[in-house]
Amino acid sequence: MEIVAYVPGKVLDVKVAVGDEVQEDQEVAVIESMKMETKVYAESSGIVAEIRVKPGCMVELGEVLLVLK
Amino acid sequence: MDALRDVIYGSGLLHVTWGTVLMWSAAFLLMFLAIKKQYEPMLLLPIAFGMLAANLPLAGLMEPGAGFLWRFFHYGVEWDIIPPLVFLGIGAMTDFGPVIANPKTLLLGAGAQVGVVFTLVGAHMLGFDLREAAAISIIGGADGPTTIYVGAKLAPSVLGATAVAAYSYMALVPLLQPPVMKLLTTKAERQIVMRQLRPVSKVERLLFPLVSTLVICLLVPASAPLMAMFMVGNLFRESGVVDRLVKSSQNELMNIIIMLLGLSVGATLSAETFLRPQVLMIFGLGMIAFILCTATGVLLAKFMNLFLKEKINPLIGAAGVSAVPMSARVVHAIGSEANRKNYLLMHAMGPNLAGVIGTAVLAGVFISVLGG
Repeated sequence: MEIVAYVPGKVLDVKVAVGDEVQEDQEVAVIESMKMETKVYAESSGIVAEIRVKPGCMVELGEVLLVLK
Repeated sequence: MDALRDVIYGSGLLHVTWGTVLMWSAAFLLMFLAIKKQYEPMLLLPIAFGMLAANLPLAGLMEPGAGFLWRFFHYGVEWDIIPPLVFLGIGAMTDFGPVIANPKTLLLGAGAQVGVVFTLVGAHMLGFDLREAAAISIIGGADGPTTIYVGAKLAPSVLGATAVAAYSYMALVPLLQPPVMKLLTTKAERQIVMRQLRPVSKVERLLFPLVSTLVICLLVPASAPLMAMFMVGNLFRESGVVDRLVKSSQNELMNIIIMLLGLSVGATLSAETFLRPQVLMIFGLGMIAFILCTATGVLLAKFMNLFLKEKINPLIGAAGVSAVPMSARVVHAIGSEANRKNYLLMHAMGPNLAGVIGTAVLAGVFISVLGG
């Protein structure tokens, strides 16, 4: 499943790496939007298959951040 | 010896009173809040210095007809030039996508303004006349330029105090709003997840300021100075073809205008106008206004949910208190606290921006009913 950005802004941090196992509601990334740090949480558990962003890049509303298997 | 006597008598030192010193302390306190605590520094710092400047005896900076700061206040604020220009800049900075994607949020922007009306009644009952009460209660709209605009038009005697109160409480939004929001919502309501906003087309983005200008300015002509400028700024932004104008509106224009606005409004705060018991009441009523507006925004959202199949998270109603984007951030934080799957920031921006329009429209209504 895809984890998308529900807020537009700048990616500050990606907390996981490809291959990591994540739990539901685990923090996986931080995006700065409206000058506020918003945490991105995994909506279900799984294994990180792809990471499509890195710290410093700008994302739009709905852009895919990570893909879980 | 005569020359020395002239210098001493010409200096303001002999005219310093306890009131003057108190005002300096108040100005220094505001500067401390602005610099150290970072309370809305862009406005509070000029306002604080204006306050200091107004309390320099014999300097005559606010001397009617002759004072340098008086001229900015008279021609800039009293002549309605500065506040509409601030709105031009704000419109150029605003992305109305979240409002267009979810037009219900316009109602939430209106809902939060109901708190202003309640505060107006309360202020009037406490002894302020209707025009002063309107200028004070509009603080709840959490919009600095609108507060200043209403103050200048209806009750210049309370203008300085309402401006200081408005900007101070905007900085305190993270403290003032959460208790009210949590009191009026259940945990289950706070956990309501709001999914993705639909994408908004360029045509919609261009139509929004045009249709809004027509509708709002025809219905409430007194709001036109603020609303028309807000919308032209937004039109510049959305057209995509006048980038230089947009950049200037967002940056150079805003920066210059804000400095002049802050200085001239702060300079109305002489000891005579500020050191009155009414000022404490104004600060108290301002806080009440913020709280009531948060409450009416949340309550309207809850009411709307009775009729909606896809429920909205009532927390976003609190963002109708248009401290942009502070209230939206607070809504997001509380929503995330209740349910990590919730990302309310962009959803809250809808009511947040709609609230700016709502406050300006309400200001227009106040001015047309009470002014003249």
